[in-house]
Order: sequence, then structure tokens, then C-alpha cells
Amino acid sequence: MVQFSLPANSKIGPGKTHKAPAGAKRVKTFAVYRYDPDSGENPRVDKYEIDLDDCGPMVLDAIIKIKNEVDSGLTFRRSCREGICGSCAMNIDGQNTLACLKPIEDIKGEVKIYPLPSMPVVKDLVPDLTMPYAQLASIEPWLQTETPLPPDTEQRQSPEDRAKLDGLWECILCFCCQTSCPSYWWNGDRYLGPAVLLQAARWIHDSRDDHTGERLDALEDPFKLYRCHTIMNCTTTCPKGLNPAKAIASIKEKMAERRL
Amino acid sequence: MDHFDTDILILGAGGAGLRAAIAAAEAAPDQRVALVSKVYPMRSHTVAAEGGSAGVVQAHDTLDDHFNDTVSGGDWLCEQDVVEYFVSHCTREMIQLEHWGCPWSRKPDGHVNVRAFGGMKIERTWFAADRSGFHILHTLFQTSTKYKSIERFDEYFCVDLLVENGRAQGAVLLCLATGEFCAITARAVVLATGGAGRVFRQNTNGGIVTGDGMALAFRHGVPLRDMEFVQYHPTCMPGSGVLFTEGCRGEGAFLLNKDGYRYLQDYGLGPAEPQPRNKYMELGPRDRLSQAFWQEERKGRTVTTPQGEAAVLLDLRHLGRKRIEERLPLICELARHFMGIDPVDTPIPVRPAVHYTMGGILVGIDTASPLPGLYAAGECSSIGIHGANRLGSNSLAELSVFGRVAGEQAAAFAKGAAAAEIPALLDRARAAEARALGLLNGKGGGERHSVLRKEMADSLEKGCGIYRLGDEMQQACDRLADLRHRYDGITIDDKSRAWNTDWISALELGYQLDVAQAMAHSAIARKESRGAHQRLDGYTQRDDANYLRHSLAHYRKGASPEISYSPVTITRSPPGQRAYGALGEQLEHARKEATHG
Repeated sequence: MVQFSLPANSKIGPGKTHKAPAGAKRVKTFAVYRYDPDSGENPRVDKYEIDLDDCGPMVLDAIIKIKNEVDSGLTFRRSCREGICGSCAMNIDGQNTLACLKPIEDIKGEVKIYPLPSMPVVKDLVPDLTMPYAQLASIEPWLQTETPLPPDTEQRQSPEDRAKLDGLWECILCFCCQTSCPSYWWNGDRYLGPAVLLQAARWIHDSRDDHTGERLDALEDPFKLYRCHTIMNCTTTCPKGLNPAKAIASIKEKMAERRL
Repeated sequence: MDHFDTDILILGAGGAGLRAAIAAAEAAPDQRVALVSKVYPMRSHTVAAEGGSAGVVQAHDTLDDHFNDTVSGGDWLCEQDVVEYFVSHCTREMIQLEHWGCPWSRKPDGHVNVRAFGGMKIERTWFAADRSGFHILHTLFQTSTKYKSIERFDEYFCVDLLVENGRAQGAVLLCLATGEFCAITARAVVLATGGAGRVFRQNTNGGIVTGDGMALAFRHGVPLRDMEFVQYHPTCMPGSGVLFTEGCRGEGAFLLNKDGYRYLQDYGLGPAEPQPRNKYMELGPRDRLSQAFWQEERKGRTVTTPQGEAAVLLDLRHLGRKRIEERLPLICELARHFMGIDPVDTPIPVRPAVHYTMGGILVGIDTASPLPGLYAAGECSSIGIHGANRLGSNSLAELSVFGRVAGEQAAAFAKGAAAAEIPALLDRARAAEARALGLLNGKGGGERHSVLRKEMADSLEKGCGIYRLGDEMQQACDRLADLRHRYDGITIDDKSRAWNTDWISALELGYQLDVAQAMAHSAIARKESRGAHQRLDGYTQRDDANYLRHSLAHYRKGASPEISYSPVTITRSPPGQRAYGALGEQLEHARKEATHG
């Protein structure tokens, strides 16, 4: 049945404005989505005027500054601040990215910051990522072998075979791509999404893994894999410069090959 | 309050915690494992380890060499029986990771490749490009999902351990998503919560590295050992402290001062040769290299960054684009993205930043702490392999080797242990909940925890830096005592319950202050110079007669920690002169002659 009214807490209202300190010369406004589940109120957008002369270069620097000095209630995930842990994924200036890798100076005008789209919001910029994590576990993301492992030594793998993981092994699982995909927005409960499919490809292309057939069988489904319609938002948005769309295409190619 | 009962509770799901969980699940499939982390496992800071993990694998390398490098690298403050166990189990763990799918970099013949690392005589550092910790963590995390007995509690923050009748039997957790508390009762508890580098201002660590497990154990009477030994990594990004792996130098990078001179030759690390030579120059240990930077800065021979910080230059240019981009892709990414520098054609300005806590929760070779039922592994622990200075690539190996031991030992202990004493534990859990809520809801004096955190970081940076002075350490101790006092009067503005990071940060600051005090008081009490603890106030030499001993910091509620000492286990390497470069090689020859003659 078509639903004509928006779900609860969808409508975003205006919020507070926190003015720049007196004497600030290079002021930039950060417009940040705020939602507090405890209050039950609709979300709002608070504005923070920050003096860039007194702030680090990245968007993460700015929101940490806001949290430390202006509004300690502002809530977001963060840790490594170098683009490797994947915590601070959010939607900045209309694109999913890592706040720690996004230079403030690349953004014209107001810096608009929202949580990753299409996921339930727990609070402010913190989305509930339970679904993509469960989907990741569903592809059995560990090495599966049939040939007995050499007991006291490593399995051999040529540098060329190792290099087949290039473009796949760098994925930090920030889910920027996953939550940028319209197909995932629409069928996120059944379509595995670009991040999880990229991980599936990482195991399918690993020369040491003996379960390629089983892995492909598990993806042979109208939804899990084939809801990728090569929209390519995933590739456009990946903060690590990876190409999930290409990884998905490589799985489809394997599927086609084995039908021949 | 929600209550879960389990057999083995593991706090922390980075490399050590995940390895422990897998080991426990394999050793005792019928036991339940609760794996708790304040973040999703792959956000843990193991993810940021770059260079690689040690394990003897080449035909001309020996366990003895790895042992000797580690013990002399630690300035003889190592537990030598533990180092012996460690070096003989590293390679097995690295192979195990490979069998689980870790994508190690390879040689043309398909075997894993190894690279040189500081203070290591022979190349034995297994690597996966320059994202070794990242791949180890992802491999362990993804592998852990196949064990049905492991139940994860992601984004649960630990506010206290549950100890009853002198035995660790669980923990009280705050669920971030809801702000509700739950108690987990268990027969054995493993702490694998990582280090505490964020107590310093300039550090390579992620924001989550706040010493939680160290403080939790400390508050329950477990001593923190060797806390004065804090490692400064010599090559970090000025300003932010982001790490540039030692793997750069392992691949052959040079360190230059403002005159383009390889200054390390002036500090007992030379002679300088065009080809990198193990245990010479740039492949010296981290403490010596950070100290050399400090001296160069004093002599005015450093460059100044646009932000006004002193730096030296990490020069990779002679390695060529192909090798740099293949072996060090993350370094390229970091330099290009954060500094606008392409290391292929421009040297990277770098300076030391705090990287690693050699000390930690006192545990024996079996990872058991003095508190029955409590185990610890990884950076939060002090099992004794790093001594006064850790060698690069020994920490990823440590979390693998001793993460496994901790999982197995906890499983064995849990099997023989009586069931948790639930009613008494739940009383304690409710008291811990009340304390944490008291911090949240208390009116306080209006001071913000972010202000205190900054002061703490500044005072440690000044008092417990690369070189230390008695009066500066005393100032740090005094300042920390004052901060501890002011902490009781902080005000948390955000009074909500769900995902309240204002509250979590305040709780973390409480842990950090305990750890910082342990560091500063252990430092001022050690009246000698050894490894990463270097004094300029009359105690410039190593003093084996008085200080070939581990420091133990004991928690005292409402007061500064008390420091005592314990002996060092020496099995086969009597303390000798620690040297690198040509002198180091001479001394090593002499030692060999002596043993064979």
C-alpha cells in the first residue's frame, strides 16, 4: 500500500545559530543535522559559525572544535582522523564521505552536514548500521579452502594473484557507497549493496579461496546482486577512490562466464 | 538493568581482543564468548598500524637474533622468558593469519615478503603494503564472524569491572545506542582495550585510544607496570601526529635535517652509507631516532613547517615512483591529501609524536594478572617483551601471540571456575551505574572536560616528553593532581541518554587521568636514563645497580599512585651496552666471540 504521509521525525526544522566569536575574520558556517531520540522532537539544522583561522583544515577538525568549544552535545562517530578506520562517514555538501578526509576549503558557501542517507538515525550524525554489518556477515567474509593448508608455512600466492585484490583490499567498510546507492535505498533489505558486494568480490578473486562456486551460488538471486543497475553513485562517492561498481561488474562477469 | 551471563568476557575487539575471542572459541567451542567494544571492531586502532609484524622466516635469520634485538632494543628491561616464548611463536601466528586470508605482500616465488625494520638485525617484518594492521584487523574481524559462540556487543562502553571475592567476574556496560546499562557476568575476563596515547597532545593514536582497560584494572588494585616508558615515533605528521610508517625507512628512506644532511650519523648510528643497513642510521630504534630529532631541534638544524613546527625531512625520492607506490600507498595518500606533498618528488616534513605505551596492566607469561580471573593482552598489558623501548613490528606480533594465549588461558580458567556470583555482582553493577549517572546528572562547577583534557595533554607533553627533567615531571604530577581534583567538579552539558558522547568522553577522561598519573609518577621515580625514559637532570646514564627493575604503579583512591619495583627476569642475555651502527656491530661481534670462546 502506498504511504502518503512521511514517517515520524522526517520533517526537518530550523535550529539554533551559534555566532562566531567577536573578531573572527574568516568565518564559515556549518549547518548540521541534529536529532535527539530522547526528546522525541523533529530533527533540526543547527548553524555554527566557525573561525577558520582557529580551526584545522578538515571538516572533522571543525566538528570536533564545535563539540569541544561550542556545543558538546553534537554527536558523531570518529577515531583515527586519517581515513583508515571508517568511523566518520557522513553526508557533507551533498556527498557521502569521511569527515576527516574532506577539506573545508573544497566546499563553497555553507557546509551542510547530514548523517549517511537512508539509514535510521540514532542521534545527530550517527546512523544505525546494523543492516549493512549483518549483510557483510551474510557473505561469509573469511577464507574458505578445501585443499589442506600447509601446516607450518603459508599458502603460496604469486604477486600477480595478490594484485588481483588491488582496488578491493583497500575498502575500509565506511559504507559511504552503500548508503549512496538508490537501489540500496529502495531494496536495502534484499539487495546487498556496493560495499558488501565489493567484499564478496574480494573473496571471489582471492586465488587462495576454493569456494568461488558457492560464493557465486549465494549471490545468484534477483535481489542480492542484480539490483545493481550501474548507477555508479558508489564509485563517485568512495572517499578512498575505489570502484565498487567495477567490483560488482566483475562478479556479474563471473556469473556470465560460468553459464557459457 | 539488563543482565547477560557468559563464560568468557572480552573487553576490546581490536587485534588482541579478536584474536583472543577466536582462540577461546576454538579452544572451548561449548563456552560462550561475549566480545565487547566501544566501537565497531574494525574501527579499533589496530586498523592504523602500518609497517608490519615480526616473525622469523628467512633461512639466515634465527629466533636468537629476534630475541637479542628485542632485549637490547628494550634496554634489557624485558622479561626474557616471555621474549623467548614470544619470538618462538610469532611466525606461527603470522602463518595462521595467512591461512585466515590475510593478504600479505608476496615475493615473486609466491612466499610472503618481509621488510627491514628499525633495530632488527635481519628483515623479518611481514607486511601487507603499508596497511598491515588494517589487514590483520579485517582478517581477524571477518574470521571471527564464523564462530557461533562469539556474541558481539558493538558500541558498548565499559564503566567498571565486576570483582567479587577477589575474582574478576564481569563488567558493567553502557549501551551507546540507548544509554541504558547492562551487566555481563562471566567466569573469566580478558582486557584487550589498547593503549593510551591520547593522554599526550601530539600522538599518532585515534581518538578512542584512552587507556580504559588500564585504568579499570588499576582501580581494582592491579598494578600498572613500566608506565614511564612511552614511545615517541620519530616520523609523524607535524600538527596532527598522523603516522608515517617506519616501513618508509625499512624500504630505504633517509632522514635529513635542514641542510640535507643525514644527521643520525652524529648520534652513534652511523656511518652513513647510501644503501640502508640494518640497525644503522635510519634503521635504528625509535627512542634513539626521536632523541636525535630533539637534539637537532636544539641545534637549530630542523626545518620549520608553514604552521611553525620544527621538522626534519623523510626523503623517499631515491626509491622511485614504482617502489614507493607499490610498497607505501597509504603514505603517498596521507602526504598528498593532508600535506599536498608528493613523496615521489618531495621529502615529507616529519617530527616525533607519542605512539605507544610500553607499559600497562601487569600480567605474567600466561597473560594472567594478579587478580584471579582477569587476563590482559595487547597494548593495554605489560607482559614484558618491550622493556624500555618497543621495536617496530613487535606489537602486531604481540597482539597475535598473546591475544591467542589470553583466549586459551581464559577459556581454561573459565572451565574450572565456579559460576559467577550473580546477585552480589548485580548489586555492584547497580552501584557502578549510579556512579556513572551521578557524573552525568551532577550539577558540577561548570567546567568542561575538554578543557581538562587539553591541560592534561599539555602537561604530559611538557613533563614526560622525549627528554625529561625532575622539576618538569614534578610540575606534571602536581598539575595532574589538580586536574584529578577538578574532574570531580566537571559539568556535562548534554543530559540525554542515547549516544551521549559528551558523557562517554568525560568517563574516558577519568580513565586518562589515572593513566597519566601512573605515567608521570613512574617517570619521576626512575632516577636513571633507559630506553624511552631519558633524563637530563643528573641521571643521564643507565643505572643497572638501582634500576634494572620494573616500576609498578599502585592505585590509591583520592591520592597519587604509589610506586614500587619488581625484579626483571634475565635468562640468557646479561645487560650489556646498547649500541647501534658500527659500534653496535663491534659489540655484537665481541659478544659472539665471548660466547663461542
